[in-house]
Amino acid sequence: MQDFASELKGALTQILSMDSGFVEIIGLSLRVSLSATAFSCLLGLVLGAFLAVSKFRGRQGCIILLNALMGLPPVVVGLFVYLNLSRAGPLGWLGLLYTPTAMIIAQTILITPIVAALSRQVLEDLHDEYREHFASLGLGMPAQIRAVLWDGRYSLITVALAAFGRSVAEVGAVIIVGGNIEHLTRVMTTAIALETSKGNLSLAVALGIVLLAIALAVNAMVASLRLSASRLGYA
Amino acid sequence: MLERTGAMTGTVQRHALYCRGLVYQVGERRLIDGIDLDFLPFGISTIVGYNGAGKSLLLRLLHGLLEPSEGAVLWNGKPLSAKARHHQAMVFQKPVILRRTVLDNLRFALASRGIRDRKQALAALERVGLSGLESRPARLLSGGEKQRLALGQAIGCNPDVLFLDEATASLDPASVHAIEQIVLAASAEGTKVIMVTHDVGQARRLSDEVIFIDQGRILEQAPAGSFFASPSTRHAAAYLEGRLPETHQHPSQN
Repeated sequence: MQDFASELKGALTQILSMDSGFVEIIGLSLRVSLSATAFSCLLGLVLGAFLAVSKFRGRQGCIILLNALMGLPPVVVGLFVYLNLSRAGPLGWLGLLYTPTAMIIAQTILITPIVAALSRQVLEDLHDEYREHFASLGLGMPAQIRAVLWDGRYSLITVALAAFGRSVAEVGAVIIVGGNIEHLTRVMTTAIALETSKGNLSLAVALGIVLLAIALAVNAMVASLRLSASRLGYA
Repeated sequence: MLERTGAMTGTVQRHALYCRGLVYQVGERRLIDGIDLDFLPFGISTIVGYNGAGKSLLLRLLHGLLEPSEGAVLWNGKPLSAKARHHQAMVFQKPVILRRTVLDNLRFALASRGIRDRKQALAALERVGLSGLESRPARLLSGGEKQRLALGQAIGCNPDVLFLDEATASLDPASVHAIEQIVLAASAEGTKVIMVTHDVGQARRLSDEVIFIDQGRILEQAPAGSFFASPSTRHAAAYLEGRLPETHQHPSQN
């Protein structure tokens, strides 16, 4: 108990001190996860909206595949990106392995199916509500996609925040393609894993507290957005 | 207040909408069963009939929202196309309101017809009595206001034919009156109105012609005056008297 208390005290001291190495790890985590979230939203929202609005042979198969990809194991994604970016791999000439860019690529692959699958469900419900109105107005598919993306904006922000939460807490893929290199690719989750194995629990607990705080902040934002949306009748 | 008799004066026919051999079948059941229909070129044509008669289905077929199993809906002699649908507009029983402001809802509908002028959107809002509510979230409007917004979207598109599918169902009398006035004004300006209603009183107030439909077939089509004065079929007479015709009665009621 005394150990736990002292580790916690050490962690709080670490957080309050805000030393540059600690801040650097948090900053890189946020940069990688926010970039991955942005890229996955660009890809996933368009894909989700297309699947929500369109009707084509094999659509149901695509949806099943997308839903299955939501449970993609991070280490498998990490391995896939590693094989492609390693010197012998097809994209080895880019020299991206063990860089933040490789971590962003891995996280983007990991969370794009989440964004696409969740947004598809949200937008399909919306499109069902609007279907006859759109048909009556004679809207083409691009206009329908734009309309549901805009009208579903509050729900889609929630989807994006969920994707961010998933990416910032992810460790398996980024440790494989990033390598957990100090001052270069060390992020919160990989640092926690490393420091725990080294027995430096104060830093691990401090980073864990920050990670939890980020998760709480994300959830608070989601709740606040939902409240605003329902007050405006936009939910 | 607009007078019913003035609705069709000085207008030019802008469309020719009709259907031939129209069938809509689900499984073995013909929900619309071989309908040939020409509408009065002007004014308001009202489709009436019992629940499940196929009124709303017929309206959706005429607007091209559903594909007929057999037969065709024709617009100026050609099969109804997506382009032809741009000359039509429809208001549904439950108005479809986007998650946007009142003005943005209206501008969205008008943009689908290539109308991007804000002033025209504001003018359409004024026509349906929603001026001053431009920036209000549309889904927070009352039921009557939502339906007027839907009507504003439809009329703002300046359609040749306006379809109304029980547009005043479940609205209070004041809202019904407001909507009826807007519909009469649109009709007076030359828009052909084809509406479905369960409200016989409303059909009497608005219609120039009445189409009575039962079990997917047209049993009677007549000028409103003669339909209400002396319906030519037993079914229509029973409908106007608020009775079920013999063929609709459950065996236990006999």
